[in-house]
Amino acid sequence: MRVAVADYGAGNLRSLCAALVRAGAEPFVTTDPVEAREAPLAVVAGVGHVASAAAGLARTGVDEALRERAAAGRPVLGICVGMQLLFEQSDEGGAGLGLLRGRVRRLEATRVPHMGWNTLAVRPGSRILAGLEGADVYFAHSYAVRPDDPGVTVAEVDHDGPVVAAVESGALAGVQFHPERSGPTGAQVLANAVRWSRSA
Amino acid sequence: MVKKRVIPCLDVAGGRVVKGVRFENLRDMGDPVELATRYSELGADELVFLDITATLESRGPLLELVDRAAAELTIPFTVGGGVRTVDDGLGLLRAGADKVAVNRAALDEPGLLTRLAEAFGSQAVVCAVDARGGEVVTHAGRRPRGIDAVAWAQEAVEQGAGELLVTSIDADGTRDGYDLELTGAIADAVGVPVIASGGAGCARHLAEAFAVGAEAALLASIVHEDPERLPVLKRELKEDGWPIRT
Repeated sequence: MRVAVADYGAGNLRSLCAALVRAGAEPFVTTDPVEAREAPLAVVAGVGHVASAAAGLARTGVDEALRERAAAGRPVLGICVGMQLLFEQSDEGGAGLGLLRGRVRRLEATRVPHMGWNTLAVRPGSRILAGLEGADVYFAHSYAVRPDDPGVTVAEVDHDGPVVAAVESGALAGVQFHPERSGPTGAQVLANAVRWSRSA
Repeated sequence: MVKKRVIPCLDVAGGRVVKGVRFENLRDMGDPVELATRYSELGADELVFLDITATLESRGPLLELVDRAAAELTIPFTVGGGVRTVDDGLGLLRAGADKVAVNRAALDEPGLLTRLAEAFGSQAVVCAVDARGGEVVTHAGRRPRGIDAVAWAQEAVEQGAGELLVTSIDADGTRDGYDLELTGAIADAVGVPVIASGGAGCARHLAEAFAVGAEAALLASIVHEDPERLPVLKRELKEDGWPIRT
C-alpha cells in the first residue's frame, strides 16, 4: 500500500520510510499536495517544533491537503511532532492543523525531555496499539498533547504523571513515541497502522 | 515510568568500528551497523557512535554510516566526535542520526547548541561534558578549561542541550565504577537526563550511577570484549529492582 510521508523540510525521514517498508507498505516522501491528499495513508512525522513544522507544511500547501483528507475521512497518522500537529495551539508558540481539539503543553516533570523507553497503558479498543498493552516504546519529546476530548486518548505513559502517548479519532491517529525507533514493538505499531488505514 | 537506559558506545574511524590503545594501533573490529544490530538484538536501549578520528577525510564514511544506520537500526542512536560547527551537527542529524553529541565545540562555538536545538529540538542535542576533578577538560582530557563542570552543564542546558553525556576522564577505562560525585552533582543541578560515562565494570556500577540520578549509563570495553554480557547486566539490574527494559 502506498503511504505518503509528508516532507516539510526538517529532519530525515529515512528511518521512518525504512520502518514502513518493513511493515509491508510502500512509502514515498512528498511535498506534493495532490499526492498527500490522495494516497491511501498519509503520515506526518518529524522532530523539532510544532510552529516550524506547520510553517513547512504551509509552504507547500500540504497543510490544506491534510485538512481536506481529514474532512473526507481519509486516514492520517501523526508521529511525535506530527501527532502534536494534529492539534491546535502549542505552548512553544504557533498552531498545528487543528484537526483535533486541544493544546500542546510543555511537560511538567523532573526530567524534560522525556527520553527513553516507557510502558504503554493502552485503552481497550485501540486499533493502532492492539495487543501492545504493557509494551515499551521510545519517547524523545519535551511537549505533549492535552486533548479537549479525553475520549480520543487511547494510550498513556507515566512520566511524573500521565502523558498522552497515542490518540485515535475516526480517520486520525497519532503516536507521541517513535515507532521507527521502538524495535519489534514499533514495527507492530506501524503494521497495525497500515491495517487500520485500510479500513479507516 | 521511563526505564533506565543501557547504552553501548562504539568507536568508529573511517566508517569502521575500531579498537586501539590511546588512539594508536587501531584494529578493525567490523562493520558498525552489523555490530550495532547485534547489540540491539541483545537488548541495547540505544547506541552511541563516536568518531574517534574526526578528520575531514573521515566525514564521508561517517555520513554514509549514519545513513545506513538510520535505515537499518530499530533503536535510537547518537553520533558524536569531531562536531566542530553547526553545519557538522546539522549534517549528521540530516543524515538520520537521532541525536548529535557535541563536545568541545559547544564551548568554543557559542550558539552552536542553540542553533542545533532550534533546528531539530533539544531532544536531538546531547552535550558531552568531559571532566577531571570537577573541571571541564577537552582534547581527550589533555586540556583543562578552567571551568567548573557543574556550572558548564547548567549553561549547556540553558543553551539548548536536551541531554548530557558526563564522562569522568579519571574513571574512564578503570572499570572501578562511574564518578558518582560528578554524575550526581550534575544530575542534581539540571533538569535534563544525564548519561553516566567512564568506568563501568559491573552491574553494581550502573546501579550506583542510577542511584545518584543518572537516567542512562554508557558501556564500552566491558561489552565489546563480550557482547553477551549486555543482557546479563540488564537482567541483574532488573532483579535488583531497577526499571529496565527486557
